[in-house]
Amino acid sequence: MAEWPFLTVGKALMFDALSDKLNSAFKKLRGHGKLSEDNIKGAMREVRTALLEADVNFKVVKDFIASVSEKAVGQEVLDSLAPGQQVVKVVHSHLIELLGGAAEPLNVGGPQPVVIMLVGLQGSGKTTTTGKLAKLLQSQGRRPYLVPADVYRPAAIEQLKVLGGSLALPVHPSEGGQNPVDICRAAVATAKLKNCDTVLIDTAGRLHVDEELMRELSLIKKDLRPAEILFVADAMTGQDAVTVAEKFNQDLSISGVILTKMDGDARGGAALSIKKVTDRPIKFVGVGEGLDALEVFHPDRLASRILGMGDVLTLIERAEAVVDQKKAEKLAQKIRKNTFSLEDFRDQIQQIRKMGNLEQLMGMVPGMSRLKQMNNLPKPDEKELGRIEAIINSMTLDERRKYQIIDSSRRQRIARGSGTTVQDVNKVIKSYSDMLKMMQKMKGMGAFGAAGPGSGKKKRKRPKGLFR
Amino acid sequence: MLGWFRKNKKQVSPSESEVSLETESSHSIINKEGGELEPRDLSPEKGSEDPVSRGSLASRLKRGLSRTRESFLKKIDDLFLGRKKIDQDLLDELEEILITADLGVKTVEDLLEAARSLADRDELADSSALKKILRDKVVEYLSVAQNKAMALPDSGPFVIMVLGVNGVGKTTSIGKIAHKFVASGQSVLLVAADTFRAAATEQLQVWGERIGVEVVARESGVDPSSVIYDALESARGRTSDVVIVDTAGRMHTKVNLVEELRKIKRVMGKKIFGAPHEVMLVIDATTGQNAISQAKLFNDAVQITGLTLTKLDGTAKGGIVVNISRELSIPIRFIGVGEQLDDLRDFDPEEFAEALFSSVN
Repeated sequence: MAEWPFLTVGKALMFDALSDKLNSAFKKLRGHGKLSEDNIKGAMREVRTALLEADVNFKVVKDFIASVSEKAVGQEVLDSLAPGQQVVKVVHSHLIELLGGAAEPLNVGGPQPVVIMLVGLQGSGKTTTTGKLAKLLQSQGRRPYLVPADVYRPAAIEQLKVLGGSLALPVHPSEGGQNPVDICRAAVATAKLKNCDTVLIDTAGRLHVDEELMRELSLIKKDLRPAEILFVADAMTGQDAVTVAEKFNQDLSISGVILTKMDGDARGGAALSIKKVTDRPIKFVGVGEGLDALEVFHPDRLASRILGMGDVLTLIERAEAVVDQKKAEKLAQKIRKNTFSLEDFRDQIQQIRKMGNLEQLMGMVPGMSRLKQMNNLPKPDEKELGRIEAIINSMTLDERRKYQIIDSSRRQRIARGSGTTVQDVNKVIKSYSDMLKMMQKMKGMGAFGAAGPGSGKKKRKRPKGLFR
Repeated sequence: MLGWFRKNKKQVSPSESEVSLETESSHSIINKEGGELEPRDLSPEKGSEDPVSRGSLASRLKRGLSRTRESFLKKIDDLFLGRKKIDQDLLDELEEILITADLGVKTVEDLLEAARSLADRDELADSSALKKILRDKVVEYLSVAQNKAMALPDSGPFVIMVLGVNGVGKTTSIGKIAHKFVASGQSVLLVAADTFRAAATEQLQVWGERIGVEVVARESGVDPSSVIYDALESARGRTSDVVIVDTAGRMHTKVNLVEELRKIKRVMGKKIFGAPHEVMLVIDATTGQNAISQAKLFNDAVQITGLTLTKLDGTAKGGIVVNISRELSIPIRFIGVGEQLDDLRDFDPEEFAEALFSSVN
């Protein structure tokens, strides 16, 4: 994060909503030695609320709290370390454990063509996900054959045909009046003829209580013996997730889960519920409407998100995607040498805008999600960034490099040139100069890689077990 | 769950400036001065789907209430029955029922707090009194906004803009709403402004064929605002009574897509004064606490005037709308209870509250 002055500023603001609450619950515990069951109780109440607010199922939360309390009791309370953080660490790692270890790949071995079946409720995103999976498999050198088996929803077949068309992949010519089981049977035969090695079946969305349609899925399964039956679930699902997942698993014994619509601001607690009742791995997450918006599942990131601790890793990953590594190094150089100009300032803004919308980014910073809800806080404004850019663009090269020369007549000219007011210009210059000051300070603290060995200040050791 | 299918209670007769959609056979929808319109032919395309037959509803209901489902549901009455004392155990079970209905931690705490304080003051005769009080409280939360009826314009078409996140059932709901209007003798025009998702336009066109109403559509990929501009132009020429606009599903957190909604709304207002007269957010009953965030952000952008709650025919209770109604004071117009044309009911707070209190044991 060193190349990211803006984000580093955010770091100063950063705090964990949950661990904060826990810390206040533990305040009186300082110097107590070990955590007792009684001490833990109040803290677990907070953890429970956090999980319920994230839509983890009531019963799943109950079990979770019971097992986590057990783990937390007997932990030593170190004076140097906030007990809240300690508990968060226990909770967090237990969550990761429950959500599953390393990501499991798709099972595409065995006799070819291999059959993959997608099932789920209406509107969970099966058809879009089928398209995304097809693209992924295609990029791995496989030859997918798309099979629309949703004969109920109007234009569902058409939808998959369009997606197949955009991927230049063959789509089975299903028709509305046909029986889904017949469609699938014929599709596998056609796939063989067409020399396709992966048959992706997009089944119709259905309610788990609709016995008739559930039986249809069982029939398809019996007939085709799919290597994978993937349960597609909406990340925004509430308490009912357990009921639905349990029923689908009971009838079909699913082989994995795909969590969709993770690009919103849902905390995604449903994933924990589903994992708990089905004990099947979550394989992918859908993060957008584009066909490449499918990612491998990371339990640690979801655990943080469920606890409302933000999604720093995704943030960093996204930052890495847009940051030009050479540019970043140059920037770090400049900061070290105190030559960070208004031009660099503008570059920073442009990069941040490239990363996506600001509010979403803020949401990924731990603690910010809670701050955002406090409406008195000024909201980051995309337009504001555009204005800053315009102002800097209206400056001469000299002005951008030496902001001290910008006097009042220059300010007036810049305001006119950028279509803003002198106050706006003042604000930009002020925040830039504030930033310069802050960089000086941070440099002292050892950020930006300035504090190498022997550079003076000793680096503070991170307390043992401090949760990152 | 039977509550969803029960007949609606008495309907307050709509005043001239209000729209009230009645679910019963009368199908009187809009009370509009003058201009009685000929009802259109309702015969559906497929013989298997008789949209207004009560027989098919009963059989569907039966199918819905199959073995599985019965095992899920147990009336909360069982919980209250045979228990006179209001103790911690009872409150704990109550908490589970309410949380499981997606009512949210805060609302549940408020409800339980009310229950506790009444119990402490010995103001409750027995547990059934407690149940009544809690239910009334939920009805109260839901009723705050319910009096905000849809306002009909003095002249010109009644324009409804429908929005929501992906996959909540916008297009299906539009089909059902349009069917209601048609059945009451109004002429309806559907506008396919989801030009993004593959085959979204075709989906609406199929619904249009089924109900026998015209659908304005353009090729996919064009600016949705331009489709709406054209559609409203032709709606004026054709004197449609109701225009329903289907927008693309979008995440409430995507700033640029929410901005697009704002533009769509602006374009409507430019073309027809006061339009859209109803901005309807569709919420999926299986959605949990995130529905609050959806309602808030969409409301900030385009000022929601009504909600439709879909997919109540599953096991989800949709309790989150209690919070939305309570916090944002947005009335709930309809509930979706199935895939057929007439599976859309008027929202009834009492019925809804009753269904919330059936437990999931």
